[in-house]
Amino acid sequence: MSIRLRRSTAPTLAYLSLVVAALVVLLPLAGILLTSLKSSKEMADGSGALALPHDWLNFSNYATAFSDGHMLTAFGNTAFILLFAITGTVVIGSMTAYAIDRFTFRFKKLVVGLFLVATLVPGVTTQVATFQIVNSFGLFDSRWAPIALYTGTDIVSIYIFLQFIRGIPISLDESARLDGANAFTIYRKIIFPLLKPAIATVVIIKGITVYNDFYIPFLYMPSENLGTISTSLFRFKGPFGAHWETISAGAVLVILPTLAVFLFLQRYIYNGFTRGATK
Amino acid sequence: MVQIADKAPRTGAPAPVRERPAPRPSRARLWRGVTPWLFMAVPLALLVTFTYAPVANMIAYSFTDWDGLSPDLKYTGFENYTELFTRPELFQVFYVSVYYLAASVVQIAVALYFATLLSFNVRFRNLFKGILFFPYLINGVAIGFVFLYFFQDGGTLDSVLKLFGASTDRAWLGTPASANVSLAGVSIWRFMGLNFVLFLGAIQSIPGELYEAAELDGATRWQQFRHIIAPGIKPVISLSVILAISGSLSVFEIPYIMTGGATGTETFVIQTVKLAFQFNKTGLASAAAVVLLLIILAATWVQRRLVPDDKVDLV
Repeated sequence: MSIRLRRSTAPTLAYLSLVVAALVVLLPLAGILLTSLKSSKEMADGSGALALPHDWLNFSNYATAFSDGHMLTAFGNTAFILLFAITGTVVIGSMTAYAIDRFTFRFKKLVVGLFLVATLVPGVTTQVATFQIVNSFGLFDSRWAPIALYTGTDIVSIYIFLQFIRGIPISLDESARLDGANAFTIYRKIIFPLLKPAIATVVIIKGITVYNDFYIPFLYMPSENLGTISTSLFRFKGPFGAHWETISAGAVLVILPTLAVFLFLQRYIYNGFTRGATK
Repeated sequence: MVQIADKAPRTGAPAPVRERPAPRPSRARLWRGVTPWLFMAVPLALLVTFTYAPVANMIAYSFTDWDGLSPDLKYTGFENYTELFTRPELFQVFYVSVYYLAASVVQIAVALYFATLLSFNVRFRNLFKGILFFPYLINGVAIGFVFLYFFQDGGTLDSVLKLFGASTDRAWLGTPASANVSLAGVSIWRFMGLNFVLFLGAIQSIPGELYEAAELDGATRWQQFRHIIAPGIKPVISLSVILAISGSLSVFEIPYIMTGGATGTETFVIQTVKLAFQFNKTGLASAAAVVLLLIILAATWVQRRLVPDDKVDLV
């Protein structure tokens, strides 16, 4: 009897905890979504954040947020940075991994150690001094500052490539070499194409990190026309002050692409972040 | 830590590792010696420029009174460090990180609970997994606004409480304690998903036969957790702990976006950014950053000592 009782209550409690957790995650987001569809008049009548909007198709706040919040420029800048930062990371990471895994050379231990120790240095702490260096290159207040920093300080992707490259049989390299291919041709024609799954992982992790990053564009691109997704949304705070319906619409606009990517690439995203974080 | 010796034979180079350079190196051989450096030239240059040079400069600045702009700077010895530890308003940011540290304990516990729960066959498993993980992917500024609205007077939280008949006119971000607890709560909301997915992945990589055998032996779920799951995910937990410590010390985005560091919510990084870029105290800010870096390195070192993880082979 007691066993049967336990069998029936434990799952109920488990489901209850899951539902509560899901509500905790979803309610704050629902509040923003509902608010983004309300008119300023509805906002003023004090019906509360979770009151349903009168018109579910009232997208005027989105139009305001998109045009007055300069979201088009923001998406453009973010896309530009994404393109170069991701390409750079993939090329640099795979080349480093190839060199470290396929060659023996002097100071290899030292080089590997340098990359390893660098993972321990949190980027937020060093920006005080990094700022001076970026500035001395004349990159301050340009889109190349974040691109250089994202490409130059990503060690996690080197590890992802390293892990993967070890699984590619060395005999492939050797037979290509017998056919007269040099190291660069082997990298380009054999190794790089076989790295596709690792590249997908790096593109996803890097893409989401860069899309969401606030700190670096905030520090290095203060100009009005150089806003990224994050910094442009942050600037909503001033002009839209208490206009929560507009701010909410802006936030939803920023979250939607993430949601779409997540729904389409779920499996890769889980794998990517598990691999990225444990390395 | 780094094992490379065993890789030497795999490279296909004709020479074993320890052999001295041949007396007359052929051209091909020389070329082969240069090749890896060609591949690594750019990555190494970037690594030195954007990681090591800043660290070195930062240590140097921390002993000066530089303002970040003027060409002249004065060596001031340990003055910045003394100032950091003796001025109470500078030191108080460390107390703020205690809130986040406590939050990460809760976060790891909650993540562990849900990871264990969802590792069993549960209906709508993927749906719940997705919902719990998704906050981790959301843009930090968007999260900041979501929760500014959530904690607002008459915002989402008050509306929910009203549904349950509890009406409060409490300003959630009004007092230092309440604000810090709220912000730390946001941090749990945001980062729990990553811990959860990491734990879940580790639990699912435990071979299923172990559970079957345990079940045959009549082990309860708690016993299964205690003796099969917990040991299996120890490395991931220890990794999460170190991430939690360095994370709690380097909190920036959420409080900066939500309160700007007002009402006693200023964190170490917010303070450093303000010192460096608002008050032009590059020297003092560098000292603060060096202290933070040392704490994080120390925490990592202690963690490596306590949980020697022989499976971590990094190359």
